[in-house]
Amino acid sequence: MIELVWLIPLLPLLGFAVIGFMGKGMPKSVVGLVGCGTILGSFLISLYLFFTLTGSDVKEHTLSLFNWIYAGDFSVDFSFLIDPLSSLFLLIITGVGFLIHVYSTGYMHDDEGYHRFFAYLNLFVFFMLLLVLGSNYLIMFVGWEGVGLCSYLLIGFWFKNTEYNNAAKKAFIMNRIGDLGFILGIILIFITFGSINYSEVFGSASKFASGDTTLVAITLLLFIGAMGKSAQLPLYTWLPDAMAGPTPVSALIHAATMVTAGIYMIARSNILFTLSPVTMGIVAGVGLFTAIFAASIGLFQNDIKKVLAYSTVSQLGYMFLALGVGSYTGAVFHVTTHAFFKALLFLAAGSVIHAMSGEQDIRNMGGLKKSLPITHMVFLIGTLAIAGVPPFAGFFSKDEILAHAFAASPLLWILGMAGALMTAFYMFRLYYLTFYGGFRGTKAQEHHLHESPKSMTIPLMVLAGLSVLGGFIGIPEVFGAEHLLDNFLSPVFSDSSMRVASHHLSHSTEYMLMGISVAAIGAVIYYAYITFVKKEQLPSEEGEETSAIQKLIYSKYYVDELYATLFTKPLNWLSEQFYKFLELKFIDAIVNGVGKGVNGVASVLRLAQTGRVGFYIFAMVIGIVLMLFYKMM
Amino acid sequence: MSAIQSIPISYYIMLSVVLFSIGVMGVLLRRNAIIILMCVELMLNAVNLLFVAFSSYLSDTAGQVFVVFIMVVAAAEVSVGLAILVMIYRNTHSTDINLLNKLKW
Repeated sequence: MIELVWLIPLLPLLGFAVIGFMGKGMPKSVVGLVGCGTILGSFLISLYLFFTLTGSDVKEHTLSLFNWIYAGDFSVDFSFLIDPLSSLFLLIITGVGFLIHVYSTGYMHDDEGYHRFFAYLNLFVFFMLLLVLGSNYLIMFVGWEGVGLCSYLLIGFWFKNTEYNNAAKKAFIMNRIGDLGFILGIILIFITFGSINYSEVFGSASKFASGDTTLVAITLLLFIGAMGKSAQLPLYTWLPDAMAGPTPVSALIHAATMVTAGIYMIARSNILFTLSPVTMGIVAGVGLFTAIFAASIGLFQNDIKKVLAYSTVSQLGYMFLALGVGSYTGAVFHVTTHAFFKALLFLAAGSVIHAMSGEQDIRNMGGLKKSLPITHMVFLIGTLAIAGVPPFAGFFSKDEILAHAFAASPLLWILGMAGALMTAFYMFRLYYLTFYGGFRGTKAQEHHLHESPKSMTIPLMVLAGLSVLGGFIGIPEVFGAEHLLDNFLSPVFSDSSMRVASHHLSHSTEYMLMGISVAAIGAVIYYAYITFVKKEQLPSEEGEETSAIQKLIYSKYYVDELYATLFTKPLNWLSEQFYKFLELKFIDAIVNGVGKGVNGVASVLRLAQTGRVGFYIFAMVIGIVLMLFYKMM
Repeated sequence: MSAIQSIPISYYIMLSVVLFSIGVMGVLLRRNAIIILMCVELMLNAVNLLFVAFSSYLSDTAGQVFVVFIMVVAAAEVSVGLAILVMIYRNTHSTDINLLNKLKW
């Protein structure tokens, strides 16, 4: 059955081919059926694989399909690696992906690009599966670039809007910066280890001493790749702009799957990172700073999707913090639960936007509790999960990360906790402003308010269920239960965990940390309740006088403007100069000069064409004689 | 020793060169298209003569085979050439090639 693993990526690819090339003439129901069916098929095979893995002692299978590239001593097989880590990611991608596909059949129903949307979505799933299934860095890189392409296509899905197109380009170009780091990292890996297969690289890497400079260089380059794809400082600005795409895209690509590719890559190369403490420190620092930075921006945003986008950046920061302090399981755990509750929140936000006829500004919402009962319920569950209220999924994963951070340094814990409190605040601010109070939109919008169709609410309810129960796969040891995820993933991280002295917190400390965090989060939620429900305080309108700090944060710390002045404008200026001098004066001159030269020479040479036969024959004879002379010499 | 070989090869070469040069000169200097065609034939036959002579001296029949080929091709070429000439004459009432100077820059 392991041999059938190639079907998992193939099915979405087939779906893409069928919908992409023949979708235009097909009825929407068939397009939706093909789009969802292929992902469901992949999900079922992934599920079977998962149970095969848990049921047997062999935790690692490599399936080699064919020799892909062969040149000198560089040889790459097109082969798949099935181990607990990739198996878990397969389940997340196909499972959450399937739910989002089903949701999209409802959400995108009236869009003229319906079949195009599903074609792109299936192509994305194909590349994402390739990314996690590959057994060497090159296949991962192919998937990595492929998902970037699909992200570009889907952000700019409504390509008639220039702003959306700019957002798509921004995402693509920012990712290029990261990808350059990634590919340099792969090249350095090949130079150092003579191979890019995981098994050989990790096998020889474990013989290196900790802190080896080559390994530090490799891991830093790989981390630059991860920073681009997973939207970490300083390459995060594309993700909030990526919200220009349709909401299911934000849920699937920019929350649940693609942006976690960086975490997957680092978790996959865990041995390399464990052996480079310097990089680990940087990873933790960047992650933590991103977590707080993005969370603080989220505090004052008014666009329902922008808040969620900054929250995604912030949660990704937590995952990198976990990686940085050596808790690979914690990071993957948070990827899993985050996929559930963030997909849920995005889809629920989509349901709200759907009901509000495209309105995204929470200042124009309010009081949607009555008209959208199901959406309200699932949104509440998602909010509780992300805020870290027990026993919802986010509590367990965030708690695990914070506990590991505390073990590394209490300062990390305090900063992480601050970010978590901000998360709780802005999420409940969003929740209260959207669903409580009076309706603040137009009459037409109020008249139009309706609960979304079944195709949208059922995936929401399934995801809500997962957001409630998802945390129980990783109950901390302190509660006396088994940490199922840790046991499942331990073969992948065994080399690393051997090297890192696991500093266990005493049970009392752990209880105390949990108690503090739950109490603080409760207090923050209560504060948000007082502010936005009791006092009905509204976010300030555009152009209203606000305090300097609020203005700074509302403008996202002017990072976009900073990048524009530092990079975009100088580069544009440079391009313009190149255009003026190189292009017009140099390249154009050459091109036109060639044309003019041929013209000039021809205007002289054509005079030989006298029209007199005698002259032609004479020229011919002279020619032959010359050739004969040449031959003789 | 055949009849051909009783004459030195250089004689044949000289004769060929003379015939060929007359042909070239005729082609270059005459304006009458019929004469030009005849001069072309003269050049071809100068070559034929040389072929036959060498073939005999080297006892290699390949040269004679070529001669037959050349005669066939020359016959075909002349038939086409004369047909063109007839058409030219119908249009210009002359066989002077210097009248055919319309196609130029």
